[in-house]
Amino acid sequence: MNLTLKVWRQKNAQTAGKFVSYKAENISPDMSFLEMLDVVNESLTHKGDEPINFDHDCREGICGMCSLYINGHPHGPKRGITTCQLHMRTFHDGETITIEPWRAQAFPIVKDLAVDRSAFDRIQQAGGYVSVNTGGVPDGNAIPIPKVIADEAFNSATCIGCGACVAACKNASAMLFVSAKITQLGLLPQGQPERYRRVQSMVAQMDEEGFGSCTNTGACEAECPKEIKLTNIARMNNDYFSAKLFREEEVHEQGH
Amino acid sequence: MSEFKQTLNSSLGKKLIMALTGLFLCTFLIVHVGGNLLLFNNDNGFSFNVYANFLTHFPPIEVIAYLLYLSILVHALYGLILTVKNRKARPVRYAVAAKSDASWSSKNMGLLGSVLFLFIVIHMGDFWFRYHNDKTMGFKEYRTDLATGETKVSDYTPANAEFSHSVSTENNVEVVRVKDLHARVAYSFSNIIYVIFYVIAMGAVAFHLLHGFQSAFRTLGWVHRKYTPVVYFIGTWLFAVIIPLLFAAMPVYYYYLSTQGAH
Repeated sequence: MNLTLKVWRQKNAQTAGKFVSYKAENISPDMSFLEMLDVVNESLTHKGDEPINFDHDCREGICGMCSLYINGHPHGPKRGITTCQLHMRTFHDGETITIEPWRAQAFPIVKDLAVDRSAFDRIQQAGGYVSVNTGGVPDGNAIPIPKVIADEAFNSATCIGCGACVAACKNASAMLFVSAKITQLGLLPQGQPERYRRVQSMVAQMDEEGFGSCTNTGACEAECPKEIKLTNIARMNNDYFSAKLFREEEVHEQGH
Repeated sequence: MSEFKQTLNSSLGKKLIMALTGLFLCTFLIVHVGGNLLLFNNDNGFSFNVYANFLTHFPPIEVIAYLLYLSILVHALYGLILTVKNRKARPVRYAVAAKSDASWSSKNMGLLGSVLFLFIVIHMGDFWFRYHNDKTMGFKEYRTDLATGETKVSDYTPANAEFSHSVSTENNVEVVRVKDLHARVAYSFSNIIYVIFYVIAMGAVAFHLLHGFQSAFRTLGWVHRKYTPVVYFIGTWLFAVIIPLLFAAMPVYYYYLSTQGAH
């Protein structure tokens, strides 16, 4: 296959970027999208040009490191996969492919197609954990959990934090990510002690990072490589308003 | 108090305000379309004018009316604030437009809302403002013979400028004198440009609520396997089809009447 790539090149967050066209020649349809970029980078290196910078790690769809906004779709046109799982047979010979980085205020560009997604780490650190006491090891099956609840929590837990939801959202909102992280813990008994504190801390951090807000368009759900459901967002909203409006964190007025 | 302030200032809090004002405006639409169906009564505007008089002179309704105007302003203002904030969240746009699966209406709520705001300003200027402030607006006198139920209509010129309405009964004849908003409606809807604008605005209502009604429930966090389909059904059929169609039928019907009268 021979393809034309329109790639966003940007030296760093401070300088302005622009699109540069490259030819990708003799590409096997069985290559993954990232392998195709490897081939292009190889030829760029041989020519003495700067290779295209993009994020990747496991290349089997579980680490959440790869990104790329390909022809108007985060992780390319196919559903339920990451860019590393996207094969070149999805495209046709002679096609022009436009590759852009995730675009969001909260995801500043590091270089070319790589963006800094540490905003997600800070949201996670704000409350995405459960407290585990020291002492004897509890029996894993000691707390009964209905299967549907466990399944739903695990579905939310499949979020790999790649940021495709932010990239797909017209408002660059991180609510699908944040709600998945809140829900995976909030549904399970182990997550109950911090449930209402967690949702407030994580939403506060999300706002702090400068993500947009949710318009319920459903674009995030459609583009999520792990097919995280929009119901997570509703569940987060419910917990948040419940925490803010109806629950008492402190029973009495505090003097200090 | 500052805790509430902080809650309402968060991104979710702003959406809560949008959802609550939006749903309140939805309930208003049901009342508004119900009352205005009186326009289809072929009674020279008797029932419609009495209804308009009731709305403007019954104190609880007046209180709710001011709550309604406030809701419209808050909904529009917060819509604007959120749109600006959301645009700031993506300072550099994509070169290729997003092809993600998302309904057209969900992506154009701001545009649809702006059309509606323009419509509300014109609509209220033409009917609400005139009804309250236009001293030249005429009055009608409806004489109903209580024995036969027959109603006769005639123009009425009040003796003093402060006159608003009166109901009296003499010799088994009920005399109702009210401001003639119906004539204003008939006059406005005889203008084709006006009729087209109204129909377009009702299209905007339909698409705005097709997304907005169910989205408000999602924002409130009320998603339930059993009730969400009901919400979708009501949002689609009642708010995006039946109500806009009934509203749009009013200017079209009055335009039709005006063309009939001309011949």
